[in-house]
Amino acid sequence: MHKDYWRANLKILIILLSIWFLVSFGFGIIFSDSLDQYQIGGFKLGFWFAQQGSIYLFVVLIFIYVHLMNKLDKKYKDHNDEEDKY
Amino acid sequence: MDTQSLTYLFVGLSFALYIGIAIWSRAQSTNDFYIAGKGVNPVANGMATAADWMSAASFISMAGLIAFLGKDGSVYLMGWTGGYVLLALLLAPYLRKFGQYTVPDFIGTRYYSNAARLVAVICLIFVSFTYVAGQMRGVGIVFSRFLEVDINLGVVIGMCIVFFYAVLGGMKGITYTQVAQYCVLIFAYLVPAIFISILVTGNPVPQLGFGDTLVDSSTYLLDKLDQVTTDLGFNAYTENSKSKIDIFCITAALMFGTAGLPHVIVRFFTVPKVSDARKSAGYALIFIAILYSTAPAVSAFARINFIDSVQNVEYQSSPEWFQNWEDIGLIAWKDKNEDGLIQYSAGDALEGTKPKFVEGEGNYGERLVSNAANQANNNEVYIDKDIMVLANPEIAQLPGWVIALVAAGALAAALSTAAGLLLVISASVSHDLLKKTFMPKITDKQELLYARCSAAVAILVAGLFGIYPPGFVAQVVAFAFGLAASTIFPALFLGIFYKRLNMQGAIAGMLSGLIFTSSYIIYFKFINIEFNYAQHWFLGISPEGIGFIGMMINIVIALAVSSFYSKPPEHVYEMVDNIRRP
Repeated sequence: MHKDYWRANLKILIILLSIWFLVSFGFGIIFSDSLDQYQIGGFKLGFWFAQQGSIYLFVVLIFIYVHLMNKLDKKYKDHNDEEDKY
Repeated sequence: MDTQSLTYLFVGLSFALYIGIAIWSRAQSTNDFYIAGKGVNPVANGMATAADWMSAASFISMAGLIAFLGKDGSVYLMGWTGGYVLLALLLAPYLRKFGQYTVPDFIGTRYYSNAARLVAVICLIFVSFTYVAGQMRGVGIVFSRFLEVDINLGVVIGMCIVFFYAVLGGMKGITYTQVAQYCVLIFAYLVPAIFISILVTGNPVPQLGFGDTLVDSSTYLLDKLDQVTTDLGFNAYTENSKSKIDIFCITAALMFGTAGLPHVIVRFFTVPKVSDARKSAGYALIFIAILYSTAPAVSAFARINFIDSVQNVEYQSSPEWFQNWEDIGLIAWKDKNEDGLIQYSAGDALEGTKPKFVEGEGNYGERLVSNAANQANNNEVYIDKDIMVLANPEIAQLPGWVIALVAAGALAAALSTAAGLLLVISASVSHDLLKKTFMPKITDKQELLYARCSAAVAILVAGLFGIYPPGFVAQVVAFAFGLAASTIFPALFLGIFYKRLNMQGAIAGMLSGLIFTSSYIIYFKFINIEFNYAQHWFLGISPEGIGFIGMMINIVIALAVSSFYSKPPEHVYEMVDNIRRP
């Protein structure tokens, strides 16, 4: 049971950390110069990711994580309770 | 009321508030003192974490640094926020589940070894004192500039306040004071930013104004900045000048370092439940992001305002703030072409970079410096980057109460971080060194007394750093993050995610990370300073970014050494299983 929980947890971590890497190291640094050819308002896109966008997405990522983990905790907690009954 | 009385009023009121909170939330036991009785609401803890984290460096120095670095400054913005994602996903919930008092506690228990605990304590104390020294310099600058108090007296006042609420209140007192300090500092940061954004772009939201057009013009602010900076011989504001690999490594070192900073991690020990630790990291990052997304906007406004208000202006009619900051030695002007006008452009104005002031006045009443003019360029202005945030409201000619507010905010930022660090230091001495290593027989009451005494000693040492600032404060900041990234972070991360790692592997990993990172930084920052540029660096990575490589080395060595020795004992497997359980 706990093995499944841990595996589901690791899956969530890998997906969220890939996005984390992509928006900061990817868009903000590695591909930043190529993104700079697009503009949003007065911002070049790569510059915006480096100084604004990555920060907002970090916040969003943590709250997605909180949400997914609470759901996961609940699922396995219910399961455990059922097991206790039998 | 004039600006100075307003400043006294605001600073006095905020100090009274902090002391009031300290009396109301005194610590009664070691549990209260170390982790606030695990009773802190996650939102309040998020605010406290934000205040704990945002130091004098974030409040005072960061926007100024970015103003002069342009896009390269993103390393700080991404590095100091992205670390919270790592913290929330990889460390905080598990360490909270573990449920002890300190970071070395986890390392000592997980690697069943007091030697590992000791290595962790050494890294922790080094990282924390490095950081405290920076806070005390911040307190000194604010007092001397805004209250016209002697710097030393300013530091002593700051020490007394921290002493009062940290020694008396412990973690409990600090937590609730930090909540108040967060409110003061964020208000003080946003108000001038909003004013300036309206003045420069007409947009009241700095984050948007930053990408908006200038007032009475259809040119975007950032395009104008690119043009002005290139005209003056600087790198274009929105383009990188550092190499990609260096930017990558510095950002990574700051992120992993942030996640490994003990005074931040320990904040997540104070909430009631594991799910609260996750939530709390999210709130902490929201509260931090409010300041960090405003900072680059402030930087851009400051850069353009600064250039506009001094370029080709006669020194004698230069703005008051220019001469005020010159008085305390953070601005200097050397009239290279002797035309009485201030000319600002790329390059160091003076030989030896930092001005050495001497008695007497120049032709126009400016302070004389003994440095020779640097004839390689036409720049006549030396400016310390630290002053940009503090000077910004004056540069933009905002009313006196805004300036007073900024002074109170800067003090809140410096004091809240100093208090958090001092507490981590005292807990690691009284708990990890005394209770868990050398004097296991002491009672809870005695331990609390030792905790208070070591907090008091730590404050005295920190105060000495403020009064006799070691010349290397700026250099050692790289140290704090580099060491946290290359020693503490991997030990915690592997401890949770890799069960097979044994004591030998962990100690070998921490020591190799420590030795590699510190020798690289010491070599370039202290021994061979003249070699400290890209050509000589390992793979072009600066000392600021080397912590990331140190972390990799730590992980590789830890795994390799670990495989030669036997598995950790059964109870460690059980402990790791337990912290992984919901």
